[in-house]
Amino acid sequence: MIEINLNGEAFEVAGDASLSTLIQGLDLEGKRYAIEVNEDIISRSEHGTYFLKAGDQVEVVQAIGGG
Amino acid sequence: MTQEIHTESPLVIAGKSYQSRLLVGTGKYKDLDETKLAIEASGAEIVTVAVRRTNIGQNPDEPNLLDVISPEKYTILPNTAGCYTAKDAVRTCRLARELLGGHDLVKLEVLGDQKTLFPDVTETLSAAETLIKDGFKVMVYTTDDPLVAKRLEDMGCVAVMPLGAPIGSGLGIRNPYNIKMILENAKVPILVDAGVGTASDATIAMELGCDGVLMNTAIAAARNPLLMAKAMRLAVECGRDAYLAGRMPRKLYASASSPIEGLIV
Repeated sequence: MIEINLNGEAFEVAGDASLSTLIQGLDLEGKRYAIEVNEDIISRSEHGTYFLKAGDQVEVVQAIGGG
Repeated sequence: MTQEIHTESPLVIAGKSYQSRLLVGTGKYKDLDETKLAIEASGAEIVTVAVRRTNIGQNPDEPNLLDVISPEKYTILPNTAGCYTAKDAVRTCRLARELLGGHDLVKLEVLGDQKTLFPDVTETLSAAETLIKDGFKVMVYTTDDPLVAKRLEDMGCVAVMPLGAPIGSGLGIRNPYNIKMILENAKVPILVDAGVGTASDATIAMELGCDGVLMNTAIAAARNPLLMAKAMRLAVECGRDAYLAGRMPRKLYASASSPIEGLIV
């Protein structure tokens, strides 16, 4: 296991986890979300081949009510 | 001039036409059901949303705003609310574009202070420049300063949205003369964003000649949001028609409506 920072909190994922693995684990498959790793957007098409490293700062965001 | 009572004057933003000149936010509603019904009652076609961290591990079946306010039905306008630096606003817009599958129309707001939520103009200018270079179509929230509004237009913002009063204050259009000056100089749509409290405020904005009005709290915080949404729809249409019709000149003294000729006295 490695530790990443997910939405501001420490979070453990498998050492070989891709962003797709992370999304599956979070039950977010098929939902509308966007991901940033270390302040870079990782587009949806790259999630399967983007492998997480220890210490990565990951942000998963969605749309919510706002003005 | 021919006298038409049916005016065909769509609002055009970034090349797309809209029949409704009322833009609404999706914040502060009781639940997603109320959000959906209020937005339907408002007749709005452009709907703002915020971008926030997904709650990790909390009820994956929780309905998502975009399941209720479908991007197929509405033009979704992601905002940068809560951003206090150009950098955060740009990051948020890039996330929004990814989230919405490449949709590049955004509402840029960079705030300066939590108490007033006034725009930080220097950070706003800087963020607008970066976003426009990056291919975004920027609708920008700003102060009611005519010079700043013109600068933002010249930079390439697709719409400039001066505040009528602070966000969520409901104080109405505090400086109609500044809004008028902004309108005189503008070649892009000018929308009043923030400050509307009730229907007459929206009408005043439209009578001044604004191209549209963006609001959230005035509807969401009304005792009956659905009824207020309808009132706002009518208020915006009403103000637009009055603007196009052209008001009579103001006079200090009376001018009789009934003819003097033929009086029996």
